[in-house]
Amino acid sequence: MDQERLDTILSRYEGDAADLIPVLQDIQDQYSYLPKDELKVVAQKLNVPLTRIFSVATFYKMFSLIPKGRHQIRVCLGTTCHLRGGPRLMESFSHRLGVEPGYTTKDMQFSLETVGCLGSCAQAPVAMIDDKYFGRLATDKVPKILKLYKN
Amino acid sequence: MPKFESLDHLREYRRQLLARRDPQQLQVLVCAGPGCLPMGSEEVAAAFKEELQAKGLEGKVLLKESGCQGLCARAVRVILRPREICYQQVTPEDVPEIVEATLMNGQVVDRLIYEAPLTGSKIAHKSEIPFYRGQQPIVLRKLDVIDPESLDDYLAMGGYRGLRKILTEMTPEAVIDAVERSGLRGRGGGGFPTGRKWRVCHEAEGEVKFIICNGDEGDPGAFMDRAVMEGDPHAVIEGMLIGAYAIGARKGYIYVRHEYPLAVKRLQLAIGQARQFGLLGSNIMRSGFGFDLKIARGAGAFVCGEETALIHSIEGFIGEPSPRPPYPAQAGLWGLPTVINNVETWANVPEIINLGPEWFAAIGTENSKGTKVFSLVGAVNQTGLVEVPMGTTLRQIIFELGGGIRQDHEFKAVQTGGPSGGCIPKEFLDLPVDYDSLQSVGSIMGSGGMIVMDHTSCMVDVARYFLSFLFEESCGKCTPCREGLRQMLFLLDEIIHGRGEEAHLALMEELCAAMADASLCGLGQSAANPVLSTLKYFRQEYETHIRDKKCPALVCRPLLKYSIDPETCTGCLACVRECPVGAITGLKKQPQELDQELCIKCGLCFESCQFEAVKVE
Repeated sequence: MDQERLDTILSRYEGDAADLIPVLQDIQDQYSYLPKDELKVVAQKLNVPLTRIFSVATFYKMFSLIPKGRHQIRVCLGTTCHLRGGPRLMESFSHRLGVEPGYTTKDMQFSLETVGCLGSCAQAPVAMIDDKYFGRLATDKVPKILKLYKN
Repeated sequence: MPKFESLDHLREYRRQLLARRDPQQLQVLVCAGPGCLPMGSEEVAAAFKEELQAKGLEGKVLLKESGCQGLCARAVRVILRPREICYQQVTPEDVPEIVEATLMNGQVVDRLIYEAPLTGSKIAHKSEIPFYRGQQPIVLRKLDVIDPESLDDYLAMGGYRGLRKILTEMTPEAVIDAVERSGLRGRGGGGFPTGRKWRVCHEAEGEVKFIICNGDEGDPGAFMDRAVMEGDPHAVIEGMLIGAYAIGARKGYIYVRHEYPLAVKRLQLAIGQARQFGLLGSNIMRSGFGFDLKIARGAGAFVCGEETALIHSIEGFIGEPSPRPPYPAQAGLWGLPTVINNVETWANVPEIINLGPEWFAAIGTENSKGTKVFSLVGAVNQTGLVEVPMGTTLRQIIFELGGGIRQDHEFKAVQTGGPSGGCIPKEFLDLPVDYDSLQSVGSIMGSGGMIVMDHTSCMVDVARYFLSFLFEESCGKCTPCREGLRQMLFLLDEIIHGRGEEAHLALMEELCAAMADASLCGLGQSAANPVLSTLKYFRQEYETHIRDKKCPALVCRPLLKYSIDPETCTGCLACVRECPVGAITGLKKQPQELDQELCIKCGLCFESCQFEAVKVE
């Protein structure tokens, strides 16, 4: 475990139990998941039982207990995207990457997820890769977009 | 910029700022709102930057990335001020022409301006485009004028004038009084009178109180809060400052979904600016009033839009709701009196203080005052964000602003209120939209999503979509919601798999009633609305699914049947290559055959066929 890396995160907070979610968010952002050993330290430092940390970590969708891939693909399944081909877009990503939503490719390059709504409904169907949005995404554009992120 | 040392200092600074600014300054505003970002607005802005440099115009023309400019259907949008020329569907390749023709020679580039969907007439100026003409922007007023990252821009538009006004001439009671008289009701969905909520909190005992901005815009199909947080973050902060002064809070939180990274960034930046210039912090502009703000990032849970769940989330727990009463205004964050309002509500507050409650109360209907922002999306020609006075009819919004239904299809329904709302059929197109009228037809205002549907949408599928959404998002604390959703989803799945029975419909109605009565929070109580409204207005569609085992809109996959017409099939094998299960066989240049046993009804063959030989029914 990289104590220094975790200490940098923890030093941003006052060590209150109420800081639990922001601390976990920072760990998730930096590590791409919540490693068990780190969580034990967090439990100690914030004086929060480990069971509560697990309950929070498994309740909120942004947290993962296993490492995620290098790139996060989020396919929007909001109402407008649902009506305008979002599920088909999801299948296309899933088919091309060979993973089901919620999973990561074997080479750890891509994690595929669905999301309730990304808020770009006028350009449905929409997907987001890391921090970039892709609008009016027809399924035939999927291979080209994936190529941009490979390697 | 200085730190404002007194209330007069702020006024003086604004005066000097306005005196320095040339109203004829050429400006290029590239929309970087929720609709334009996915269509490449960053690339367009970069192209402008490069071209302005190349032409030596950097000092003469101001380039800004603005918030949402409204008409998302024609992204990427660019507006040129002061002439207010709107260009649409701009690509980086168009930029040199715009710079040369419009910025250097004052000419309009005809091919990039608005074209009316019906008449085909071309319009260059924003004020003449019907989409904008029918609106009355209050909350969206500044979005296509200011640079959201510039405090100066906000101040130049009259920003923090409301704060100055309350600190110089109003008591907290007078502020509450003004908000009550304005008739402002919560824009997040519930529609509770904002002034009354503030009064309860103001009168609650205790020294420490909190205010919260609910920016956990989870309703699928709604993005107005995202647009406001990204496009005019200081308006939210100013509204909260006014609210904090009124109820006596010294600390506040803005709770934003983590799915909105740009909103988080912009709000963080704006809070930093406000602190730096003495608009947030202790003893603000030496008035004796102190208030500070913190951002709480959501972690991905729809139920956190419910106020008690949101409070638990800020406290560091899982987002499970609690029974009300006590209401948060009496006992909220850490058990202390707390006011929670939605983003759009907060953004209305500075304007109400500036222009007076009477001005606000004169807009709208008897019980719903002011304007409402809607995200108009789905099967309309002109999708985007619109802000209209309460009481505007659905027909005006969909047909006059939205420009009618895509491809001249027929209007079928409009879904309002997200997963807690309902589908409204065409009989009610002339319904004036306000809190009460929408409820009277089985829907709700909700946060303002308006999803228009034509005949390609199946109402059974829509109901199932919302149920599966809520089933995923239900926190599981109370049984009626957790199990009710599971059972309803099961029944709907039976129907779309062709195993439905008529008795299922009655059973669903019974379940809906039980969930509405017995669920703990709004999520479960209103979960029945999408089902009840579609059952009420589109019962026939359910019956066709059950009796004829057919989906008239060709959406419900298990009820579809794909076949290949041997007369039209050329044997090009395009479908064979696409079929993931190898259900299509045949020789090259011979008609192909589709094995119904193997077919998973994915529709890929239908899409890949160039000759329309694949049929679906």
